[in-house]
Amino acid sequence: MPEKHTFILNGRRVHVECEGNVRLLWVLRDLLGVHGPKYGCGLDVCKACTSHINGKAFHPCSVSVSELGRDDKITTIEGLAATVGKDLHPMQQAWIDFDVAQCGYCQPGQIMTAVALLDELEANHRKLTEADLDAIRNVCRCGTYSRIREAISAVAAEMHAG
Amino acid sequence: MSDARRPSGGVSRRRFIGYLIAAPTVVGASQLFVAPAQASIPTVQPVDAYDATDLLTAAALPTSGLISVVVNKDGTVSFAMPRAEVGQGITTAVAMTIADEMGLSLEKVNVTLLDATPALLWNQFTGLSNSMHSIYTPLRVAAATAKGQLLQAAAGLLGGLPSDFSVRGGVISAPDGRSVTFGALAERGAVSKTTRVHVRLKPSSELALVGTSQGRIDALEIVTGAKQFAMDLDVPGALPTMLCRPPTINGTALAVQNAAQVQAMPGITDVAIIPHTQWVAGGVAVRGETFGQCIDAVDALKVTWGPGSAAGKSEQTVLADLAKAELPLTPPLDPLAKSLEQVFTFHFRPGDPLETNCAIADVGDGRAEIWSSLKAPIAAQEQIAANLGLQVADVTVHVTQGGGSFGRHLFSDAAFEAAAVSQRLGKPVKLMWHRTDNFRQGRAHPMCTSRVRVTYSGANVISFDQRHTGVATDFSQGLGEILTATSATVPEGDTLGWSQLAFALTQNVPYNFGAVTQLINEIYDYDTFNTGSVRNIYSPDVTTATELMVDQVAKAMGQDPYQFRRAFVRDSRLLAVLEKVAQLGNWGRSMAPGTAQGLGIHKEYKAAVACLVEIDCRSATVGRKVKDGYTGPRVTKVVYAVDVGLPINPLGLQAQMMGGAMDGIAQALTYSLHLKDGYFLEGSWDNAYYTRQWNTPLDVEVYVMPPSTGQPGGAGELGVAPAMAAVACAYARAAGTMPSSFPINHNDPLGFRPYPTVPPLPESQTDDFS
Repeated sequence: MPEKHTFILNGRRVHVECEGNVRLLWVLRDLLGVHGPKYGCGLDVCKACTSHINGKAFHPCSVSVSELGRDDKITTIEGLAATVGKDLHPMQQAWIDFDVAQCGYCQPGQIMTAVALLDELEANHRKLTEADLDAIRNVCRCGTYSRIREAISAVAAEMHAG
Repeated sequence: MSDARRPSGGVSRRRFIGYLIAAPTVVGASQLFVAPAQASIPTVQPVDAYDATDLLTAAALPTSGLISVVVNKDGTVSFAMPRAEVGQGITTAVAMTIADEMGLSLEKVNVTLLDATPALLWNQFTGLSNSMHSIYTPLRVAAATAKGQLLQAAAGLLGGLPSDFSVRGGVISAPDGRSVTFGALAERGAVSKTTRVHVRLKPSSELALVGTSQGRIDALEIVTGAKQFAMDLDVPGALPTMLCRPPTINGTALAVQNAAQVQAMPGITDVAIIPHTQWVAGGVAVRGETFGQCIDAVDALKVTWGPGSAAGKSEQTVLADLAKAELPLTPPLDPLAKSLEQVFTFHFRPGDPLETNCAIADVGDGRAEIWSSLKAPIAAQEQIAANLGLQVADVTVHVTQGGGSFGRHLFSDAAFEAAAVSQRLGKPVKLMWHRTDNFRQGRAHPMCTSRVRVTYSGANVISFDQRHTGVATDFSQGLGEILTATSATVPEGDTLGWSQLAFALTQNVPYNFGAVTQLINEIYDYDTFNTGSVRNIYSPDVTTATELMVDQVAKAMGQDPYQFRRAFVRDSRLLAVLEKVAQLGNWGRSMAPGTAQGLGIHKEYKAAVACLVEIDCRSATVGRKVKDGYTGPRVTKVVYAVDVGLPINPLGLQAQMMGGAMDGIAQALTYSLHLKDGYFLEGSWDNAYYTRQWNTPLDVEVYVMPPSTGQPGGAGELGVAPAMAAVACAYARAAGTMPSSFPINHNDPLGFRPYPTVPPLPESQTDDFS
């Protein structure tokens, strides 16, 4: 039976009614019309749907909507810039500066992964390493990997300098 | 008489025919062709004289359709592009071309994708990396026509001669300093009757944007999540729809035992068998409120399946069939000459973009409307009309932005299927394939072998024979139609004829190797396996086999691989890029045991490219551990030098080459499908090992050569073949043994546990996010 669910999506409370076992990706895309998180496998492999829950990276294709609490804060690519109070998050700007994207399909997920990675490093007072970049699992079938590394490294260097 | 303003000669100052179109605002148009007409199109000639790029360009000649550049009242300029954008960046290159010709800033140009427009005939087709080559000059003519009319309108307003005005940033200025914007002239310059005009193009010395690096025009949309792909569109009533697909390739759904129960599942609105036909893969369709519920419904279905088209086939049986079909080598010319001979095997590999096959269809009331990323939208429109029993004019086909293609969108499979399902259900559908289906039932690069024999005597290569034998490449959609339309000798439906033509028009041996023969034979029907012309089609395999043998011959002659190539390369542009990569990549530098450099060169799409890579095959590297991932050797460095004739946007060109490198690395080392008992074992990106970050080179450099021909060649597929070849050659030198089966890890023990085939869709992992 459909159940009522509520959580915070990109800074606003949302309500949705559906079976509790529907994965959040489909709640976002099919029921709430938020299309930034992309479907690339539905198996928690490609990471194209990467978004943030309470500031940490997660994969909406692998989380049932019933697992969310009413105060959980979900951020998709659409809400990323607002988390820093700007038109663009520095990672989005770096993506533009380095002309990272080709088709662009995986890039919302790539950016959300990158932001969470640097946030985590900052919280742990660690510097970005090549090993950190190697550990990113997001698939880019256009093969933009090199520019992704450049963009993340540039933002990391700026954070460190700042 | 001399005219100081008239630049001297050159192609760019030829007079062209443009059209001013009767419209509410200024519209400049031109016919979409670039080359002078040829009396007839030769069937197969040496590729040097006439290649696939020429064929597509010639195919564009008989069109009655025009492409047009529209000046809007707000000062922007719009162009509905008769090509697909799938990440290759042509919307950006096209916007740059228009902005430059008209004297407009780049952000004032809007490029959209044109709906299927039958009047354009062969001109609405995206393939063989032909787009910029075919569209560059016609686009400039259309833009120059519009600009010329704006200048006329400005002269009417301001007085004086158009030739005395200057144009900058969308503003036309008279010598006395008065000025008027494009926007203010858009209506004033409009014509009530379509008029043919002569125009001249800007001399290349005045082009300010073309040749400069520009970021993608859709970059902001992409990074904010606003870019819309087909599945992001909101079409009223088009609910998520998926198909339950068979456990073997192209199996047929015979009966559903529990349709009523599945239809009663949460969210599900429809369940129906969709028959397998020539055009529609078919299976059992489910439609519902969310794709998640469709996945659950697909897995709940109990279906009786008929056998598939590849029943009983495994890669060992395919390999045996290939061996039987191989065409014989030519008899040795000189029985005393030495020879080297080797057969290389290239396994099936996926051709999928990250966006799975998808389309929206709304069929009903004698009409149909389709949304999908399509590279041959006119052919799709015609076929959909035929499949549905409608007139072509009653089928509207919208071309959406594609989330990658790599040859995939030459095929309109998802659009055909969505149309069939929508007609069957009588409802709009938003149809999407599951990733696992895309790997197992989608289109793959056909498995093939390449036998190469090189004979040599002293310091000369006397002959080079190559026999390419493959599972049939499906050219039955789009590309094949164009090949048929432009080549009288390939009868419709002769799929081997299409393959032979495509092979002959694209393949070449870029060395002076005496008597050269390259022949192709293919086995099975075109639809025994679901294959396609994956990015760069035959070239990656043919070039890899060639370059590995080049290294072998060089070794046998006691020559350095680079010096040998320099001595034998038979093209000055190739020689230039080869010398450039050797210099930039520091060819021959001292390297640690287990690491090595490799070279590959390639000529196609009116372009020349060389690639140098370095690979690390040391045990510490090969033994890296990544959970659920494959590591193996790592390519640590890639250097390209690329000559595309006229680079429009070097930044975009470099992006395409970088992507080509990632494909080449994957295809040489890791990326394939295992065929067993009529189905492919791979079902996810953790099974099929496309390049991931842990195998990305740490150092990628792409050197763009200065303009060499004045015309843009192709870039989108160009990087794949030389990179794959260079990686294979580097691996052979680092490992001390020449690989003969690709990817090199294919025959290792399977590194994953295959998902079951029934139910067809694996359940997602559960993320531990707390």
